[in-house]
Amino acid sequence: MMMSFKMAIRSISSNKLRSVLTMLGIIIGVMALVVLVSLVDGATSSVTDRILSLGSNMVTVNISDDKGKPVTLNTLKEWTGSVEKLSVIAPYAQDTATGKGKNGNGSLIVYGTTPPYYDIQDLQLAMGRFLKNTDVDNNSYVCVINETCAEELIGYADCVGDTITLDGTRYTVVGVVTNNENSLTAIFSSGTMVAYVPYTSLLRLSDKVSTEITSFYVGAEEESTIAEAEEAITNVLMERFEEDDEAFKVSSQDILEDTMEEITSILTILLGGIAAISLIVGGIGIMNIMLVTVTERTREIGIRKAIGANRKTILMQFLMEAVVICMFGCAIGIFMSWAILQIVTTIVSSMGMKFSLDLGVVLIAVVFCFVIGVLFGLYPANKAAKMKPIDALHYGG
Amino acid sequence: MIILREVCKFYQVGDERVRALDHASLHIRPHEFVSIIGPSGSGKSTLMNIIGCLDIADAGTYQLDGLPIESYSENDLAKVRNEKIGFVFQNFNLIAKLSAEENVELPLIYQGVPKAERQERVRAALEKVGLLKRAKHLPTELSGGQQQRVAIARALVTRPSLILADEPTGNLDSNTSKEIMEMFHELHSQGNTIVLITHDNDVAKQAPRSIHILDGKVTEVEL
Repeated sequence: MMMSFKMAIRSISSNKLRSVLTMLGIIIGVMALVVLVSLVDGATSSVTDRILSLGSNMVTVNISDDKGKPVTLNTLKEWTGSVEKLSVIAPYAQDTATGKGKNGNGSLIVYGTTPPYYDIQDLQLAMGRFLKNTDVDNNSYVCVINETCAEELIGYADCVGDTITLDGTRYTVVGVVTNNENSLTAIFSSGTMVAYVPYTSLLRLSDKVSTEITSFYVGAEEESTIAEAEEAITNVLMERFEEDDEAFKVSSQDILEDTMEEITSILTILLGGIAAISLIVGGIGIMNIMLVTVTERTREIGIRKAIGANRKTILMQFLMEAVVICMFGCAIGIFMSWAILQIVTTIVSSMGMKFSLDLGVVLIAVVFCFVIGVLFGLYPANKAAKMKPIDALHYGG
Repeated sequence: MIILREVCKFYQVGDERVRALDHASLHIRPHEFVSIIGPSGSGKSTLMNIIGCLDIADAGTYQLDGLPIESYSENDLAKVRNEKIGFVFQNFNLIAKLSAEENVELPLIYQGVPKAERQERVRAALEKVGLLKRAKHLPTELSGGQQQRVAIARALVTRPSLILADEPTGNLDSNTSKEIMEMFHELHSQGNTIVLITHDNDVAKQAPRSIHILDGKVTEVEL
């Protein structure tokens, strides 16, 4: 084994140009695989990081089957008062409504919720205030709108105290939230008009919303983690819904993030597949050269057989050569991928993206190269091994 | 030690079936120095291939050291060649990429001899042929005579039962040929069994016993 390895190295280094050219196919293949997958990976992780930084302080709860014990605002209030680690809860329901102000009108998304929503969703006030508990208790017709909405409907951002109508009902604007660049809603629905009203108030506005709350956010208490809150709410709901975990869903990840992940995994498979094809092409190149090498070295094979090499020894020698070429190419390819990723990271450093070698894909590349080396080396090696010693000895005089 | 009985070997040339060996029988005893002589086309190469276990007879039996070679598989034959036969070829047949000592070492590697012992035996073999100083040289850096001596060292290093030399002086000038032949005599005197195949009467005569082959038939066995 060790001897075959040494012989392979010697044989490869005795014809450097050819070996390098042969390796080139593998090098390019490995580079394509590692760089592409790592790029997708880096881009994804930086985007997911941003999403996570927005939504990581909350879990979303959806109730699909309340088993005759609906969750209401009072239930939530009860929980916040009594259950440990569970004091930040905001129900939410949404509908669309036609909004009208002194400057214009348009369709906007109306969220019905409670004050904790502000912290959970990490909203930023431009002016005024957010919803208060008294607004919820009194079913007040107050709303907090975003900057887009203020500019579209009223004409200016400084509109606290003005009124707008939602589906004909007059609402007083008590606050304006910024179109926060870092907010999820801003990223994925920039330009949309949004209004936040007390949950109780949305009940009157929308037929779709009932007192039975089906979705709410849970945030982490100060000095405790979101995981603890998640555990607390899961326990509470399990108890309430007779240990039926099908009745509700607690998800700490946003659906958006799931979708992102799905898209990128498809992208990774797609790009990885293309790169894999180029690796296979590289492998065929190796087979080609190995076949030439075997023919060229027919005489050597004859001598080796004459002095006692058996089939297995010859097979191993040539197979080892193919595998060593492959693995060298792989190593060079990985190194160059690393260099390229470093350069890319430097170039796009302003975007805050970081690209590094993805260990998983490196491993895949190594395994794949090995398999290719064995697969495409096997045929030429077997051809060499099958040669008859006398034929090989007398080859070419 | 070598017993061939009624060995036949055929080759298909086009439509014609050529009989390269025709019921050839011969017997070579241990420690003998025998030459096999015949003109080209007489079947002596075929005979040498069969004696050297490079090829298998189509009919007849062949015993080497009591082993029934005719029934051996390809891998068995490789093992027999490795352990029992040392080859010396007309065109030396050294591996060009390997140095003299690596060429000599090769059969021991195939035998699985441990490294320390290999090195010792390679040194001993090279010393015997007087090329210890040239151990690190590549074949291309050696003269024809030196290359042939490396080949002899490679044949000796496994301590074979039989040294099989195929026109060992064919590519050498007369002075070098003489040296090589002297080496064979010396090896013989040390107890090696040597079979020398040649078309050259002068070379053949140097062996105590010559076997003539013509048209695939062993025609004359003289002592």
